Amino acid sequence: MKAQEKELQRNEDAQMDMRMKIKDLNVFYGDKQALYNINLDIQSHKVTALIGASGCGKSTFIRCLNRMNDYVDGCKVSGKVKLDGFNIYKENTDTILLRQKIGMVFQKPNPFPKSIYENVIYGPKIHRLVKTKDEMDALVEKTLKRVGLWEEVSDRLSSPGTSLSGGQQQRLCIARAIATRPEVILMDEPCSALDPIATAKIEELITELAQKFTIVMVTHSMQQAQRVSDQTAFFHLGRIIESGTTEQIFSAPINEQTKDYISGKFG
Amino acid sequence: MSNLIERQTRLAFKRVKKKKSPFIYKAYSKKPKHLWLRKRKRKEAGFKRAGFIAILIASCFLFSLIFSIFSAGKTSLSEAQIKLPVALDQGALDNNSYRQMIQNSLLQLFPEAQSREDKRALFLMVSRKAPDVLKNFVEENPNLVGSAGYIWFPASSAVSVFYKQEFKEQSARGGNISPQQAAWITKLSAQDQMQLKFNTAFFTNGDSREAEQAGILVSTLGSFMTILVCVLMAFPLGVATAIYLEEFAKKNWITDFIEININNLAAVPSIIFGLLGLSIYLNFFGLPRSSSLVGGMVLALLILPVIVIATRNALQAVPPSIRYAAAALGATPTQIVFHHTFIYALPGIMTGVILSVARAFGETAPLLMIGMVAFVADVPKSFTDPATSLPVQVYLWANNPEMGFVEKTSAAIIVLLAFMILINLLAIYIRRRFEIKW
Repeated sequence: MKAQEKELQRNEDAQMDMRMKIKDLNVFYGDKQALYNINLDIQSHKVTALIGASGCGKSTFIRCLNRMNDYVDGCKVSGKVKLDGFNIYKENTDTILLRQKIGMVFQKPNPFPKSIYENVIYGPKIHRLVKTKDEMDALVEKTLKRVGLWEEVSDRLSSPGTSLSGGQQQRLCIARAIATRPEVILMDEPCSALDPIATAKIEELITELAQKFTIVMVTHSMQQAQRVSDQTAFFHLGRIIESGTTEQIFSAPINEQTKDYISGKFG
Repeated sequence: MSNLIERQTRLAFKRVKKKKSPFIYKAYSKKPKHLWLRKRKRKEAGFKRAGFIAILIASCFLFSLIFSIFSAGKTSLSEAQIKLPVALDQGALDNNSYRQMIQNSLLQLFPEAQSREDKRALFLMVSRKAPDVLKNFVEENPNLVGSAGYIWFPASSAVSVFYKQEFKEQSARGGNISPQQAAWITKLSAQDQMQLKFNTAFFTNGDSREAEQAGILVSTLGSFMTILVCVLMAFPLGVATAIYLEEFAKKNWITDFIEININNLAAVPSIIFGLLGLSIYLNFFGLPRSSSLVGGMVLALLILPVIVIATRNALQAVPPSIRYAAAALGATPTQIVFHHTFIYALPGIMTGVILSVARAFGETAPLLMIGMVAFVADVPKSFTDPATSLPVQVYLWANNPEMGFVEKTSAAIIVLLAFMILINLLAIYIRRRFEIKW
């Protein structure tokens, strides 16, 4: 009976095109509660933007989605984060496989101090997605072309990834994340360390990637959220105040606080 | 009254203007600002000067040390030789009386030596190895048997030192040269029967009772064997400990306790480790005494905490964002360490290991405790053979008052310092070449 219900729910989610479903998520750092009863649906092949003032729990939330909070001492998570109907906080969850399915791009570009080629191929290699040298070469070329780096670096694939410019490094990190063929990509303020031109390139790339991946991104810039995202969730003091389509949030916010935030009254 | 105050204020302003201070005089500060500024600058200049003087004094000490060692040790690069006429008589050769032949030759040169003491002094002019030299010469040139000629023999170390120091009086008095021997040496030298030759024995021989025969080969070999054992034991143990503590262990009171202990162990006097080795390796496990195996194991104990600390520091220098990047790609904790953090920390780890090896190389006290202070003249063939190390050799020779050993001590110190500089240069090279800047 229960299994049937679950199956039903799963089918429903599939129909609704839900990739991830977050239910009653509470996060604690030691005694301090960081997130309160978060409920959010993340739609497939859409860009979901998380906005809110600093320290409101956006980054904590996004780290919950691929269990990166496991690496934070004293972090406790309760509630459910479902990926395609499976709760990733179940005890027997394989975090390794999970993180292959849910890639992540960080705030500060953090390429490995290895060659550009190695940076891209590292994920696929450890997951045994590629075997022969030809496959690797093809994957590196395909991935770098997808993030628009191929023309810039094709002649120096063996030079270290850290020798690139900030914007290039961030695109390399995105390439590294998508090379493992994830379904969801989490981006934690991917443009905050970049100049406007590099930011524009990354934004363009995100829009493009949304056709193939489900993207969740944290951003401080409301313009960016408006430009790039389809769905927006507004966080305030560890709670989701309002979530919905970007259009609705920015043109007709229901909540007073949301209105204040997007009009620049605080935050 | 108010007039007076006004005048004073104006004066103060004038003073400020005169000095061209950019600061405006404020009525509430007791002194004008520019005076404070001058004092501050003076303080800074004084501090700089003090630092410069400190460096000057330190380099004076260093240079005087190096100068004294080199001036004492440079002469040991050469040894004096004496040319003696020898008749390679078939009969004498058959009797194996090489010593007799040399002594006869000496007596021919200086017939005035008649008393027992004089003869003894005369015979002590050449090295005890002289008969062997003659024997080798005969074996190499059998066609010369029956003829007579001049052969160079190594002089004894006292003669050698006297000759090298250019017949200085104080060496004749302080050394083991009698006035009569001094006269003979002067005569030989005048007849071109003495020369200086490069001292190969110093690099090819082991320890010896005769200063002119003593060399550093055995102790250098012993040092390297000891260091090899030491590195093979300390490197994997120390690095594995550090990796586990840094990357895998949960941070709780046990790991804190271990960390405190490791830091304390790094500061424990080295002789304590020698005693530990004595009681555990020798008395409990019964390993061979004064062997390079035990020496290496004791030195490994000594540098283990240093390696752990260096490795942990190097691992900590790898930014956490790299770990997160690898983790977010789905790397397991082991993969994160061995594909990333350990690899990126390796230059730092190697630098730390090499510097601690340099420390172990110069360590003497713990080796004394486990009996590596023994007189070893033979090349150690295995790790369980008795061996000695360079710093111990220096210690042994330094205890020997003979003039010949004084310069040998300095020469051994020079060799030791040369190895130290090489090791440190290697560490610097690795750091410059491979270190990753974050």
